[in-house]
Amino acid sequence: MGILDFANPTRFMKLTQLVLPWLVGLCAIAFAVGLYMSFFVAPEDYQQGDTVRIMYIHVPAAWLAMMCYSIMAISSLGTLVWKHPLADVSAKCAAPIGAAFTFISLVTGSLWGKPMWGTYWVWDARLTSVLVLFIMYLGLMALWRTMEDPIKAGKAAAILTLVGALNLPIIKFSVDWWNTLHQPASVMRMDGPTIHPDILLPLAVMAVAFTLLFFVIHLMAMRNEILRRRVRTLRLRAASAARPAGGSATLQPAE
Amino acid sequence: MSSWALSLFQRELRLAVRVGGGALVGVLFFLAVVTVIPFGVGPDLNLLARIGPAILWIGALLATLLGLDRLFQADRDDGSLDLILMAGRPLELVVLIKCLAHWMATGLPLVAAAPVLAIFLNLEPTAIGAVTLTLAAGTPALTLIGAIGASLTVTLRRGGLLLAVLVIPLTIPVLIFGVSAADAAVNDPVPFMTPFLILCSLSLISLVVGPFASAAALRFSSD
Repeated sequence: MGILDFANPTRFMKLTQLVLPWLVGLCAIAFAVGLYMSFFVAPEDYQQGDTVRIMYIHVPAAWLAMMCYSIMAISSLGTLVWKHPLADVSAKCAAPIGAAFTFISLVTGSLWGKPMWGTYWVWDARLTSVLVLFIMYLGLMALWRTMEDPIKAGKAAAILTLVGALNLPIIKFSVDWWNTLHQPASVMRMDGPTIHPDILLPLAVMAVAFTLLFFVIHLMAMRNEILRRRVRTLRLRAASAARPAGGSATLQPAE
Repeated sequence: MSSWALSLFQRELRLAVRVGGGALVGVLFFLAVVTVIPFGVGPDLNLLARIGPAILWIGALLATLLGLDRLFQADRDDGSLDLILMAGRPLELVVLIKCLAHWMATGLPLVAAAPVLAIFLNLEPTAIGAVTLTLAAGTPALTLIGAIGASLTVTLRRGGLLLAVLVIPLTIPVLIFGVSAADAAVNDPVPFMTPFLILCSLSLISLVVGPFASAAALRFSSD
């Protein structure tokens, strides 16, 4: 009953086929509204001018970079504990999306940092932890790609994801420590003043739009992955059926 | 320690020390890294004394990473890993013993070599003692965290590079607190004990997490 029914990949495919067009539509509307508000309605910052608008892309992307890892960690728990057939598909598909959002937040952050801080990159605690998160995403993707068997790769990646989830708070804490030790707070911070509603509203709409975008891409990628695995299984079956019954014929002459 | 654990420990230690001189190569690599740094940053002794603890820590981290693929790879190649898996002993304990032996054979020589290499870097006696102490407390964590990566990549043909990429982000806290403690011993207003105790706690955390995660990965890689 309930959520366990969607564990069945066929039912999942049917459901997502129904839901996806609506999600895509909602996502497009949210982006249209959010982009219009952030580019035309939201006021310029009295100090930062138009560059403040980068924030409407940067902040949601950074939120999603973290949310994506949490979803991967939950999926990994599903892989290891409940052996949920969709969990490792979900984890595998979330990794590149998370890496992309992390990349977007890093790039937009440094584009914002150039006019504001005068440099593209500072070894600020927050930037450094996001960079570490980015490396972890890429490492996970590399691990997925190097293992041929999707089930084994899924379990290996699940262990690494969970160890990473345990480690991320420690990394965050230690990078904070390292940062305060080496450079006292010289960097201007975003989180000082409370945010005015004129800015908060477009930001909230953009956050909703980004979240919808994540779910659209994630569901589409999961559908692709399920289809890819079915093709793989069919090919393997065809290959083993094509083999002569004798079995000895599999020995090919050496080239 | 029960007899099977003791004999496993002895076997691991003997293999690690005798086959290919693993311990010595690690120390040689450590020496090579420390030697190459002055060519990069210049021979200024004051600068070297300032960044010396960091150089020693990074060298030890790299040397540990390079040795990690020997942890399970050789056992998998000759089939003894399968026997160990089927022996019915608690795999977490087996991993812990293997890590301990591996650290005795590769980590401890690095710790022992650190004071000698520190002289090249113009470190003061206090700094030499602090670096050696932090390395002794921190390198077990590097080995135990690395064991996770080693067991994840054990089925891969050339997993060494991937192993390093997977393990390095997880070792950042150890590096930060190791270097901070060594620095704090010499010149900082920060007391030495705070980062040192955090470093010890990181080692203890990895003592718990490492064997469990590594054993789980080994189990999944075999079936």
